[in-house]
Amino acid sequence: MQAIADKQGVKRYLVDVTVNGDDYSVVVKANTLLVNLLRDEIDLTGTKKGCELGDCGSCTVLLDGKPVDACLVLALEADGCDVITIEGVAQHGELDKLQRSFADNAAIQCGYCTPGMILSAKALLTRNPKPTEPEVRAAISGNLCRCTGYVNIVKAVMAAASGEVTA
Amino acid sequence: MSQPTNAAGQPQNDPKLPPREYTHPGLPEPENKDYAVIGKSKPKIDAREKVTGQARYTADLKFPNMLYGKILTSPYAHARILSIDTSEAEKLPGVKAVITHKDVPTLKYGISPARWDENIFCSETVKFVGDKVAAVACIDEETCYKALKAIKVDYEVLPAVLDPLHAMDEDAPQIHPEYPRNNNTEIHQDFGDVDAAFKQADYVRTDFFVGNRTYQAPLEPHTATSIWQDGKLTVYSSTQSPHYFQYYIAREFGLPMGDVRVIKTYVGGGFGGKLEPTGLEFAGAALSKITGRPVKMFYDRAEMFAHNRGRHRQYMKLTTGVDKEGMILGVHADFIMDGGAYTSLGIASAYYAGAMLTLTYEFDNYRFDMHRVYTNLPACGAQRGHGAPQPRYAFEAHLDNIAKDLGIDPIEIRLKNARRPNTVTPNDYVVNSCEMVACLEKARDVSGWRDKKGHLPPGRGIGIATGSFVSGAGYPIYRTDLPQASAMIKVGEDGTAATLYTGATDIGQGSDTILCQMAAEAMGYTYEQMKIVAADTETTPHDFGAYASRQTLMSGAAVKQAGEEVKTQLLETAGQMLDFPPEQLEVRLGKIFAKDNPDTILTTFEDVARTFFVRKGPLTGRGSYAPPKLGGKFKGAPVGTSPAYSFAAQVSEVEIDQETGEVAVLDVWDVHDCGQVINPALLHAQVHGALYMGMGEAIWEEVRFDKNGKIANPTLGEYRLPTALDMPRVHSSLVPSYEPAGPWGVKEVGEGATLPTMGCFRNAIFDAMGVSVNSLPLTPEKVWSALREKRKADGEEVWDPMTCECYLED
Ligand code: FES
Ligand code: FES
Repeated sequence: MQAIADKQGVKRYLVDVTVNGDDYSVVVKANTLLVNLLRDEIDLTGTKKGCELGDCGSCTVLLDGKPVDACLVLALEADGCDVITIEGVAQHGELDKLQRSFADNAAIQCGYCTPGMILSAKALLTRNPKPTEPEVRAAISGNLCRCTGYVNIVKAVMAAASGEVTA
Repeated sequence: MSQPTNAAGQPQNDPKLPPREYTHPGLPEPENKDYAVIGKSKPKIDAREKVTGQARYTADLKFPNMLYGKILTSPYAHARILSIDTSEAEKLPGVKAVITHKDVPTLKYGISPARWDENIFCSETVKFVGDKVAAVACIDEETCYKALKAIKVDYEVLPAVLDPLHAMDEDAPQIHPEYPRNNNTEIHQDFGDVDAAFKQADYVRTDFFVGNRTYQAPLEPHTATSIWQDGKLTVYSSTQSPHYFQYYIAREFGLPMGDVRVIKTYVGGGFGGKLEPTGLEFAGAALSKITGRPVKMFYDRAEMFAHNRGRHRQYMKLTTGVDKEGMILGVHADFIMDGGAYTSLGIASAYYAGAMLTLTYEFDNYRFDMHRVYTNLPACGAQRGHGAPQPRYAFEAHLDNIAKDLGIDPIEIRLKNARRPNTVTPNDYVVNSCEMVACLEKARDVSGWRDKKGHLPPGRGIGIATGSFVSGAGYPIYRTDLPQASAMIKVGEDGTAATLYTGATDIGQGSDTILCQMAAEAMGYTYEQMKIVAADTETTPHDFGAYASRQTLMSGAAVKQAGEEVKTQLLETAGQMLDFPPEQLEVRLGKIFAKDNPDTILTTFEDVARTFFVRKGPLTGRGSYAPPKLGGKFKGAPVGTSPAYSFAAQVSEVEIDQETGEVAVLDVWDVHDCGQVINPALLHAQVHGALYMGMGEAIWEEVRFDKNGKIANPTLGEYRLPTALDMPRVHSSLVPSYEPAGPWGVKEVGEGATLPTMGCFRNAIFDAMGVSVNSLPLTPEKVWSALREKRKADGEEVWDPMTCECYLED
């Protein structure tokens, strides 16, 4: 990885990362977090920060297909990786069936947990297209929601999986 | 992420518990046939923005030349500031301003006008760990943290008051010199003749309960970006009330309100914690004024916990006299509240605590005593349900104790005493619609109470509790004759869209959606053609914002009036165009027809609106709402008044692990009287969320402190926000109800469902095990200890972990 040092001798690194299908080369510090690279450097603010400690899951993105807390991943670790954020879930303006299902099932209140929830659910449905309700609950158990009691979120994921919602 | 552990690091599935089969919640409600737009589960107006990541919250906004700001807070619970040296911080590259109390207005502020006791920065003493001392503005966040570290503050540590029960002791340290004995609020209310009622009673019982200090913990941290330019200030903020922010910021800086613009962005939840200024707006405004640049300020998660304004911990003594049949004759509530270091909304919380106890059951004799004391802990304020949920837990537990003593079924004693419609409480609240009896009966039936009560297997129990809440506070927080709410509607020039302008504040609960439904209903238009501009003090008309469950009724009333004004003008023009008496025309979903011939469409809303514009200019409607004069004449009478009250009953079924004391909640049934429903899907979602919060507070959540007054668990994981794996099966249903004081008969729902939850869990545990847990949260440890005491009392041999020798090393 290319590195250059600034006036104070702090090193910067060039990270090559694919986000939602687009290639970016971004200069970061060794301690830059993936969530800040996404939010501050490429202005994808759909990825939220609720704790920056790995507790809430608001910052969930898919890193090479796996859901991760972007506040616990260094930007350097994402070098050469494929990242999907909430902005990359709808295709050509068409909502994904999970997005539609969240809207149809009143699974959104303040919406702050929604991007992370949708990405955790998307990862689940990719590896397990017909999950049981306990499997859905387990898959989103790292995503906190203070508004919905998870009731309609679970319902929305189940509906998307059962094909009740078509994208 | 998505690891098989929950937020507290516990395994996701307890193998000892039976696997849960979750059913889907919400009994189907009949679709309302009479209305075209309301009564229907329309999708949220902002759903697309929120599911695609387009919705911008305050922290997502960037402005040219923007700086980042942070506040330096006190590491001590109580200390005198001897000196502050900012010189090293100022020298750091990238630091643009460092400010202390010397650089900002010294006017005291607070959200309760009767006790303004906060300053932007402390000058003499700091009063809790987290009190504000200084602030910096820098080119980036990292520099902010370096600058905060470089500020040197010399403190003389003072003895602190950490135990509210000793805050009023004669020798306790004094926190605010103006309030001797740390006495922040003292209430003594007496209605009827409680002593005579107790004398007359066949049975009088006293119980004592303790609540917990909980925190709203909205998922979005507090953020504010302030831009001071040419003597005018704009603040983008994560707020529940742009109006109160505007009022208090203008007052603090001596600006006319017209020079302060507060704009709500998308807000990631509030639950009461974002109602009052957070200090970020004041510090940010001062920093922006000095630097001439936009300044973005935010709290991290630990700072949010320290700023707090969450639920007060209450110490509650209740005495009730009943006759042989279980009819309540008189009640005495004697409470102490830990207020923390400042007043916040605590005066209202203190009144609410006792005042709301008179609502769900009818009795004439009531005495309420309260002391809200200052302590050197973070200040408490208004959290969902305000001061009412803990006293409600206490009263419902107390009532079950009485029912058990008298051998009466818990539902029977509640039905006997349940409030009826068109009654007045002893503290002069006028109750119009009230379906308390129907709620109890339906809760009994849908939960299968009769089959379960007394027939459940060992370790299983069922409990019930009630609750009631205001649909908007009868009076605003500061004294003013402004109406509670106002609204404007502007129909586009070709009639194909209309915009609602309202100061009402959507913080996730969905007010933007239901107000657009209401506007469309009143205008005879479609929801899909509505747009909304809300909660911006410059572009939208005045409204007090999101608190006290006020917007559906109050903002809704203003919106309805505005919509009807549009409709009247539209039909007048239609009448001229059609040569038809306008009073015989009707408009529904954009179609205009004669009232007596709804099947023949004569013209459309769009055509007529366009003609109106060509002839007369913009087609607009205006509305405003002020409640009638409410309440009695005694001190504190306005608090708790409301045009209407919601009522609810909840039943829960629990299973207790008798070895560990762990409580598994299996099912919760909520039955609500919330008047006419505008959007059933969003309404049930409010119940789910309120119940979730009540459940968290009932079983897990508690802010804890170390011996120096520092928060021991300032993270979402350690504070223990419940996860998706913790939720029981939730069944939310309604009873038919119509409230004459609300537009289309509406009442509140968002807070009321938090009230019964803690009590119904405690009562279910009481039913399961015969033990009473008299403090919140109802942790496994407390249930286990209570079980142990009971076994000891029953003469069983119990193992004592403290003396067991098997753990001693040999
Ligand atoms: S912000 Fe990353 S888990 Fe909370
Ligand atoms: S919708 Fe608000 S946190 Fe989930």
